[in-house]
Amino acid sequence: MTITDETIDYVGILAKLELSAEEKEQAKKDMSDMLDYVGKLNELDTDNVEAMSHTFPYNNVFREDVVTNGDDRENLLKNAPEEKDGCYKVPKTFD
Amino acid sequence: MSKAYETVIGLEVHVELATRTKIFCGCSTAFGGAPNTHTCPVCTGMPGSLPVLNKAVVEKAMAVGLATNCNITRNCKFDRKNYFYPDNPQNYQISQLYYPICRDGKVEIEVEGKKKFVRIHEIHMEEDAGKLVHDPYTDSSLVDFNRSGVPLIEIVSEPDMRSADEVIAYLEKLRLIIQYLGASDCKLNEGSMRADVNLSVREVGAEEFGTRTETKNLNSFKAIARAIENERERQIDLIESGEKVVQETRRWDDTKEYSYPMRSKEDAQDYRYFPDPDLVPIHISDEWIEEIRSKQPEFRDEKRARYREEYQIPDYDIDIITNSKKLADIFEDTIALGAAPKKVSNWLMVETMRLLKENVMDPEDIKFTAKNLAKLIKLVDARTINGNVAKEVFEHVFAEDIDPEAYVKEHGLATVNDEGALKTACEAAIAGNSKAVEDYKGGKEKALGALVGQVMKAMKGKADPGSVNQMLRELLK
Amino acid sequence: MDLMSLTAVTLGKKIKAGEVSVAEAAKACMDSIERYDSEYNCFVTVADREGVMKQAEEIQKKIDNGELTGPLAGVPVAIKDNMCLNGMLTTCSSKILSNFVPTYTSEAVEKLIEAGMVIVGKTNMDEFAMGSTTETSYYGETKNPWDKNKVPGGSSGGSAAAVAAEEVVCALGSDTGGSIRQPASFCGVTGIKPTYGRVSRYGLIAYGSSLDQIGPLAKDVTDCAALLEIISQYDKKDSTSVNRDDNDFTGALVDDVKGLKIGLPRDYFSEGLDPDIKDAVYAAAKKLEEKGAIVEEFDLGMVEYTIPTYYIIAAAEASSNLERFDGVKYGYRTDSYTDLHNMYKKSRSEGFGPEVKRRIMLGSFVLSSGYYDAYYVKALKAKALIKRAYDKAFEKYDIILGPVAPTTALKMGESLSDPIKMYLGDVYTVPVNLAGLPGISLPCGYDRDGMPIGLQMVSDAFNEKTIIRAAYAYEQTREYKRPADVAERGQN
Repeated sequence: MTITDETIDYVGILAKLELSAEEKEQAKKDMSDMLDYVGKLNELDTDNVEAMSHTFPYNNVFREDVVTNGDDRENLLKNAPEEKDGCYKVPKTFD
Repeated sequence: MSKAYETVIGLEVHVELATRTKIFCGCSTAFGGAPNTHTCPVCTGMPGSLPVLNKAVVEKAMAVGLATNCNITRNCKFDRKNYFYPDNPQNYQISQLYYPICRDGKVEIEVEGKKKFVRIHEIHMEEDAGKLVHDPYTDSSLVDFNRSGVPLIEIVSEPDMRSADEVIAYLEKLRLIIQYLGASDCKLNEGSMRADVNLSVREVGAEEFGTRTETKNLNSFKAIARAIENERERQIDLIESGEKVVQETRRWDDTKEYSYPMRSKEDAQDYRYFPDPDLVPIHISDEWIEEIRSKQPEFRDEKRARYREEYQIPDYDIDIITNSKKLADIFEDTIALGAAPKKVSNWLMVETMRLLKENVMDPEDIKFTAKNLAKLIKLVDARTINGNVAKEVFEHVFAEDIDPEAYVKEHGLATVNDEGALKTACEAAIAGNSKAVEDYKGGKEKALGALVGQVMKAMKGKADPGSVNQMLRELLK
Repeated sequence: MDLMSLTAVTLGKKIKAGEVSVAEAAKACMDSIERYDSEYNCFVTVADREGVMKQAEEIQKKIDNGELTGPLAGVPVAIKDNMCLNGMLTTCSSKILSNFVPTYTSEAVEKLIEAGMVIVGKTNMDEFAMGSTTETSYYGETKNPWDKNKVPGGSSGGSAAAVAAEEVVCALGSDTGGSIRQPASFCGVTGIKPTYGRVSRYGLIAYGSSLDQIGPLAKDVTDCAALLEIISQYDKKDSTSVNRDDNDFTGALVDDVKGLKIGLPRDYFSEGLDPDIKDAVYAAAKKLEEKGAIVEEFDLGMVEYTIPTYYIIAAAEASSNLERFDGVKYGYRTDSYTDLHNMYKKSRSEGFGPEVKRRIMLGSFVLSSGYYDAYYVKALKAKALIKRAYDKAFEKYDIILGPVAPTTALKMGESLSDPIKMYLGDVYTVPVNLAGLPGISLPCGYDRDGMPIGLQMVSDAFNEKTIIRAAYAYEQTREYKRPADVAERGQN
């Protein structure tokens, strides 16, 4: 499968990655090779096979609706690149 | 402009579920905490943290599904919806796409006497995002994750509505069902109920749907009605001028009364949903469904019928009272404490409604208890206080849920039953108002009112008007 | 006596008997790291010596007053740098987490601490566990103690090399597609990848959530069983954690394989497998047969589909798991940016290395609109068929025996240039993760260059005891061999 510049740019938007011109060429090749390679799965007849998202048949794992956490703000904000007024500070999201 | 157009509307309604904790962690869902004080590694997307599902969320979602005639999905799963935004700490939202918990429901609405069904496509569970606040000092945004992970259900209707009135009737219907279930307080203005409007237009008689847009950020019924009208006109204008409606998401600006497209170059709207491997499937058994079904409350229609039969109050009152779960609860509880239904209904219909309006409150915001309303009614019944005093006391009951008995005692508001004092006051009023006395004796019944007023004033409002009336008539014989 | 040359359980016994103090063990470990780690670069972060010694003292008290009685109380241990430890830098060997200090501890590590083990540091790995060589680490590659020009394997290369180099006596790694077993094999040590759900993933920074499991690396099967026993506990913080009462793995250390049915997948021994490895694995099968096991060859099937299946699923999950690294809440944020999305893109592009970016791009693509069914759903169906192939095999066999990797440790830099070639090296390990099964890797010989060869045993889900017993029995036929450089240390 040929990967176009548009595809790489589009995936870059989805994945929030910005590639240099050189990286982009490499990425096109790598992705194309890899997709050709994994295309091997098309040899498999999977018509009557159910997609297996969870390997073991475990289900219904729940918590009870009881508050167990207190105020941990100080700890959590320790790693924030930028902080203000007890909030994580980010470039503006409003026009 | 000779063509006639039909508006086709479907709704995506988000409802915040009234659980104590968030959907995937043990943080409180309480409103109003300082920023980020209700957060933990899970709801702030810290590396290595893992979600564990709150059982109450599943049960509340099932309850709403059953009340809206949905099929419950016996094996449902959570999926990840991937998109980058700072209020979305993992940059994926845990939601349901492939196996939502409820499907294929319907609710009946009534507009101008005409009944119709609005079909529900599905109801799914998901987590809410955090809150972004613009910081004008640094021209940046500040993220508060207190709301991040608060449980939501999204109720997706089929495109079955044709007008703003139908939309509002549908929303009111959902609100009532959900409030009756106690699954949410459903406040549009506080965001615990939010509606996104999917709208398209087509020529009357056309079979195909037109291209639809989705309008977000609608915080009131008024905004919804305005946005629907606005979007309908916008689409008709486009079609009439030979342009195409673009399928897009638009944001409503209620102050400017227009909407604008939200999409940017960096927003591909390709959410790459896939089953969340951190959560295991939910298997819902017949027994579990029956258990939830058995706990369903009496809904509005059933209540109306019962009130009519049991309480003999006007249909108008029944409609108002049952339009709020809170009012209905107070009504029933007060009656259970011994008050006469008609009297309770009067307090709710007149004074309560007046104070709600004055304070710009919803019935759901009512703070007073049935216990104190019942006590107040008892005080009036026993003629311990008169009607005017009762109204005054009720204002305090309404505002602070005070105990009326204690309040009346403390403020000396009880009716004065001292015959001597009453007689003295009446005699003074007769002596000081010869004109009114003359008029009364001349046959003007109304003139007595002025005398009663004088006596009440002299008694500082604490006399029983009936007794005053009677005493004056005696004296003027 | 060099304490680091002992096994963890032996050291634990000596501590319990009072022959060695916890402080002496901790000091020996810190000394060894200080002295040798510059040669191998097994660690990203070494714990502060003062803190370690203080911990040792506290643990000693608890041992003395009978509060701590476990077999590994007082034994020093290293953990892979993708497990969060409160107060200690946790990088996943990535620049994007170069400043991340968690305020919580992963459940498995918490269990080590509760058992009285002393955490001496965080070991190097492939960035975000993506790789099989530990060369993709932002903090430099780890070297193989058997030959410093060769890779230690990966992604738990730091943990495996640290054990082989005797900087520590045991360590934890994590295994998504072979990341414990393959470095164990390359470094001549033993490692177990438990059944999915056996060990809590809470606090393990996710790569492929449906595949990741934490497990032990040590010199022998006994140590691995003892460590696994400590970390295998139900955790209500991990929804995929399974509540079981059969975690007493040390009870399975029995030298008896009589009647054990062992299957050798014929399809594992075709082209691409180094003949030295083939011989060593067959020789091991022979040994087990001599001890009374019933060994048969059979066709497992699906072998050529495992790598494509794995890379689609792992890349898809990784692309989503790694979205949270965005410069908002923690970790690296780029210095200059024009707006929000530019900040995201620059932080991530500068913060992630090439292999991580490659997998994120692939994963984002296979989940994207129009490709989801063709790639991702197809892979989930292939996974079901792989699971079916194992289910069928385990109707007949107790254990599937085979190689861990098609080669022994490769030269540094040899595999990075051709990603697909590198991925093919995982052919024997990834299906085990896809099917959620437990697997063990233990030394079974040496190639023509003297590099260690690993033997893999896989059993049905939650049958760790079966592979522990078989591996233990096999191990009794061999001597533990140290890398030449390590063996020579004492003589200087």
